[in-house]
Amino acid sequence: MNDNDTILLDHGAGGKVSHAMFSELILPLFDNGLLAKQDDGAVFEVPAGRMAFSTDSYTVDPIFFPGGDIGELAVNGTVNDVAMCGAAPLYISVGLIIEEGMKVFDLKRILQSMAGAAKKAGVRIVTGDTKVVPRGKVDKIFINTSGIGLLPVGVNVSGNGARPGDKVIVSGTIADHGVTILSEREGLKFDSDVKSDSAPLNHMVKAVLESGHPVHVLRDPTRGGLGTTLNEIAVQSTVGIRLFENRLPVRGPVRGICELLGFDPLYLANEGKLIAIVPGTNANKVLDIIRQDEFGKDAVIIGEVTDQDPGRVVLETLIGGTRIVDMLTGEQLPRIC
Amino acid sequence: MGSSGLSAKKIEISGVVQGVGFRPFLFGLACAHHLCGHVSNSDFGVALFVQGAPKDLDAFLLDIPEKKPLLSHISRVVSTDAPPLDLSDFTIIKSRDTRTKSALISPDVGVCPDCLKEMQDPADRRFEYPFINCTNCGPRYTIIQDIPYDRPQTSMKSFTMCPDCLKEYENPLNRRFHAQPNACPVCGPQVFLLNNKGKRVDGNDPAQAMALAAQFLRQGKIVAVKGLGGFHLAVDAANVTAVDLLRQRKNRPHKPFALMAAWDSPLFDHVHMDGDEKELILSYHRPIVLLKKKAPAQSVSMDLAPNLAPDNLCLGIMLPYTPLHYLLLEKGPDILVMTSGNRSGEPLSIDNADALDAFSHIADYFLLHNRDIYFRADDSIARIQKGKLRFLRRSRGYAPLPVDITVPADDNLANILGCGAGMKSTICLTRERYAFLSPHIGDLESVQGQNFYKATIKHMQKILDIRPVCVAHDLHPGYFSTQFAKMLGEQGLPLIGVQHHHAHALSCMAENHLDGKVLALILDGTGLGTDGHIWGGEVLTCTYKGFERRARLNYLPMPGGDAAVTSPWRMAVALLYKVYGPGIMDLEIPFVRSLDNSKLAFLIQMMDRQINSPMTSSTGRLFDAVSALLMICHDISYDSQAAIALEAAANIEESAGTAYPFDITTGADGCRIMDTAPWVRPMVTDIKKGVPRGKIAARFQLTLSSMMVKAAARVGQETDLDRIVLSGGVFNNHTVFSQITHMLETMGFKVYTHSMVPCGDGGIALGQAMAAAALQQARTAMG
Ligand SMILES: [Fe+3]
Ligand SMILES: [Mg+2]
Ligand SMILES: [Zn+2]
Ligand SMILES: [Zn+2]
Repeated sequence: MNDNDTILLDHGAGGKVSHAMFSELILPLFDNGLLAKQDDGAVFEVPAGRMAFSTDSYTVDPIFFPGGDIGELAVNGTVNDVAMCGAAPLYISVGLIIEEGMKVFDLKRILQSMAGAAKKAGVRIVTGDTKVVPRGKVDKIFINTSGIGLLPVGVNVSGNGARPGDKVIVSGTIADHGVTILSEREGLKFDSDVKSDSAPLNHMVKAVLESGHPVHVLRDPTRGGLGTTLNEIAVQSTVGIRLFENRLPVRGPVRGICELLGFDPLYLANEGKLIAIVPGTNANKVLDIIRQDEFGKDAVIIGEVTDQDPGRVVLETLIGGTRIVDMLTGEQLPRIC
Repeated sequence: MGSSGLSAKKIEISGVVQGVGFRPFLFGLACAHHLCGHVSNSDFGVALFVQGAPKDLDAFLLDIPEKKPLLSHISRVVSTDAPPLDLSDFTIIKSRDTRTKSALISPDVGVCPDCLKEMQDPADRRFEYPFINCTNCGPRYTIIQDIPYDRPQTSMKSFTMCPDCLKEYENPLNRRFHAQPNACPVCGPQVFLLNNKGKRVDGNDPAQAMALAAQFLRQGKIVAVKGLGGFHLAVDAANVTAVDLLRQRKNRPHKPFALMAAWDSPLFDHVHMDGDEKELILSYHRPIVLLKKKAPAQSVSMDLAPNLAPDNLCLGIMLPYTPLHYLLLEKGPDILVMTSGNRSGEPLSIDNADALDAFSHIADYFLLHNRDIYFRADDSIARIQKGKLRFLRRSRGYAPLPVDITVPADDNLANILGCGAGMKSTICLTRERYAFLSPHIGDLESVQGQNFYKATIKHMQKILDIRPVCVAHDLHPGYFSTQFAKMLGEQGLPLIGVQHHHAHALSCMAENHLDGKVLALILDGTGLGTDGHIWGGEVLTCTYKGFERRARLNYLPMPGGDAAVTSPWRMAVALLYKVYGPGIMDLEIPFVRSLDNSKLAFLIQMMDRQINSPMTSSTGRLFDAVSALLMICHDISYDSQAAIALEAAANIEESAGTAYPFDITTGADGCRIMDTAPWVRPMVTDIKKGVPRGKIAARFQLTLSSMMVKAAARVGQETDLDRIVLSGGVFNNHTVFSQITHMLETMGFKVYTHSMVPCGDGGIALGQAMAAAALQQARTAMG
C-alpha cells in the first residue's frame, strides 16, 4: 500500500483488499504471535486470580495534535483504565472505524503510534477489527480499544475506598491535554507551546502497588478533569475532599490560556495523569515513588479527605476563602452579576 | 358586680407586638382608661380581654394604634364582644402555648436613648455596661431560636437574672418588663479581649478589655469586634497606614469600607446630608447610609484617610447601634472603619472560635463576648433617592419584618418559598398578605454560604411557622438556590421556575401593590433568559403570571464567560469588535494600545469561534465595557466596581443634554433591539479627539438612559400601557435612576420604583414568590 493512496470502502469489506491492508500495514506494526495467527479471537493462558477488563472509544478531533495522536491516546487510555483498577494490563484489542478517503499515510502514522504506545506500556495488541464507512459517516477515524490485565494478589482499589485522613496525590500538571485539543481544534494562536500529556501510567501504578504502601483509590482524571473525577470519588466514598488552590500543579502557559478562555483547569481533560488517594501516614512515601516514574516528576499532594461535607469537593482559594468545586453540569453559563 | 353599663371585648392583635413592650403598654393604657381585664402573649401576637364603660373602651381602642410603642407594628386587630366577667383589675398573664405561630419577630434594634443615658451615668448600676438593653432596644432576631419570644428560646438562656434584673423583668411598669435580653454586669454577658494567638490580654477585667481595645485602635491596630449579627473588622479611619494594612490583609484593594461614627463626629463634615438622610441615619434601624462626599476642597482635614472609598461618590456611614459600639467610639478613635468580618466570599463569622480561625491573619486583637449569636444579620445598606428609602441590602434592623403585599387582590397568599438568585441572595416566604424576606445571605459558592442558606430557610420556616406548598426558583441551573429548589422538588413540592428579570419586575410590582399588566424596564447584570442567553437590558410587559420581552439591548459576546464580568476590558473589546470588526486592531485609542496584541487577537478568535463567549443583552456589561474603554476600570476587585467608578468619573454638568445618537431596530422575532453601534463610533471619535473621559462617561449615561426610555415608550405606545416598574441592579446608579425616572415621568408614565426591597438580586426572591403565588392561585381556581 502506498502512502499516497486513500482508504476505500473495500478496505473494510473483508475481501482481498482488506486482507492486504492487514498483512501489509497492520500486522507488521503490531507484530506479535497471537495476532499473527489471524484467528477470530486471541487465545492465551491466564494465571489464577482476578482480572480487570476495560473498554473505551476515541473520537478526538483533531486526530493529530502536539504531544500525540488518536492512536497513542487509544492505547494509553485503555492501558490507564486497566491500571486504575490496580491491574497490570496485558492484552489489548483494537477496533478501527475509518472514514472513506483517509490517507494511508495518516492511517500508518496512527497505527505506528499505537504500536509504539503498546510497546512502551508493555502490552500486546492481540485482536482487532477494521471497518471503513462512507464519507461523512464518521469524522476521519474512530478507535475502540479494550484491554485486560491481571490484578496482583491483595490489591483492592476502588472509587469508594477514600477515608478521612487520606491524602490526595496528583501525578503531575493538569489540563495539558484539554487545552491542547481545544486550541488545536479551534485554531487558537498563541506563542507558548502546550502539548498533550498522553502517557501510559501502568508502570507508575505497578511501582506504587509493589511498594506495599496501601492505596485506597486510583483514578485517571480524563474527560471532565480533576474536578469531576474527585466529585465522583467524594460521592462514591461518602467523604469530603478538600483541595488547596495554591498546590494545584498547572503549567504556566496552560494557566495563561485557561485564564484567557475563562476555563477552570480543574475541569479540563488529562490523558497521562492519575489521582492516588492514600492514607496520610504513607502519602509522602507514595509521592516519592510516583515522582521516580518518568511521567510522575511533577506529582504533588493537592488535598485531603475529610469527614466534613460528604460528597463535596471544596477548594481553599488563594485568597483564603472556600469555593465548592461542583460536578460540571453541561455548559458553563455566566453567573456572576 | 352587675352588668349595668359594663361592656367587654376580646381582642386579638397581631403584628410585631412581642418583645417590644406591648403588654406593659396595654397595661398602662387600660389602667388610664379605668378598664379591667388581662393580656397575654399568644402565637399570633397578643390576646386581650378588657371590660369597662363603653366610652372608655372605645377610647382605649382608638388609643392603641395611636400610642403604640415605637418598635411595634400592628398588622391586624380583631375585636369581638364578650360577656363581662367578675374582674377588679388589669393583669398581665403568662404566655399560652398554642399551635399556630403568626406573631412577627422584631428585627434587632439600636440602643435607645434611655439605655444610653443610663450607660453613661457613673451612678447607674449599668454604667459602661456594653449589653444594656430594654424592651425598646437591643438584640432580637439574632438571638432567637424559636417563638414565642421568651428568654429560654434565646441565647440569653445561659444567663440567669440577678435579683435586681429579675425585679425589673417582672414589673409591668418597668421599661425592662419582659425584656428578654435584660442583663447587668452582675448577671449578664461580658466582653473580653484576645490577641491573635487566642490569648486573653485584659487581665480578666471586662473594663480593661474595652479600654485596651480602644487604645489598640488608636494605635492603628486592627481589632475584630463581635457585634450584634456578626463580626466587624475595625480600624481607625483616620489612619491611612492602618486602613491600607487592612486592605492588604483582607485582600480587598478597592472596595469601599463602611464607617461608624457618633452623631457629633467630624465625619459628617465630609458628606452632604438632607433631612430624609438625617432621619434615616438616626433611625433605630441603624443602616449603613450612603451619603454623597463633599468635593475635596470643601473637606480639607486630617480626620479621614483618603483610601476609604476610592472611585466612589459616596461614603457608607452608620451610627453606633450597640452599647459596645458607643463605648468603643467614646474611648477609641472618632471614626472607625467597620467592615464585615468574613472569609472572602463567605458569610459573616458569628462564632468566637470561627472568627479566631478566620481572621487571626487579619486582626491583631479580638474583642469578643459570651452572648451567642444564633443568627447572622449583616448591616443593612440604604440611601435616599428622590425622597424615598432605597435598599442596597436589606438585612439587620429590617429583616425579618414582612413586606405587605395586598395583591393579587385577595390577602391570603399561598405559602410559597422563593429561593432567590445566586449572589447577594435572600429567600422569601409568603403567608396571608405578607412576604417575609430573609436577611442578606450573600453568595452561595462556598460551603459556609450554602450551609447558611439552608439554615436560614429552616430558621425562617420555624419562627414564622410557614410550610411552603410550592417552591419558586431562578432558571439558572448553576445557582445553588436552583439546585436546592430541585432537591425540594424531588421531595414532592411543586416547582415553578421564574425568569430572573420577570422576578425583578414582580418584586417591584408587589411592593407597589400593582396588579394587572405593566411595563417593566429592567437594567441588570446577569440573568439567564428563556432563549439561553444572558439578559439584563430589557423592556418587558408583564403580569404576575407571565411576561413578554418587547425590547432588549443588542447581544454582545462575553468572551470568557464569568471572566468577562471580572475583566471589564473583555467587554470593551466585545463592544468595539461588534462595530469595527478586525479593524479594532488599528484603532488609535489608549485602550486598544494598552492591550497586549496577542491577547487581543486571542479574544477575537474566541468570539469568532464562539468559544466560551455566551451572548448577553446585559446593561451591567455595557457599563463595564464603557468603563474599560474610557480607561476608568480595567479589571475589578469587587462587584460592580467598573460601573460605580464610571458613575463617579462622569462629569454630569458638562454633558448636559447631549446624548450620542442611538437607534432602535426590530429583530426577526418582533422584539425591539437597542443598538449600541450608532453611539460607539462617535464615542471613539471623542476619545481620539481627547475629550475628557468624565464628559464621555456622562454622555454615555445620558445616551443609555435616553435609549432605554425611548424603547420603553415605544413599547408603551404599542401596548397602551402607562404604568412602568423599574428594577434590576443597575438602578443603584443614581444618575441613570434619576434620568430615567425623570424622562419617563415627563412623558406621562406612572413610574414605580423600589423602596421596600432592593432593586438588585436581594429582591428577586419576592418576585419569584409572587409569580408562583399567582400561578398557584390560577391552578387552584381551575380545580
Ligand atoms: Fe439581577
Ligand atoms: Mg477512559
Ligand atoms: Zn433601651
Ligand atoms: Zn443583673
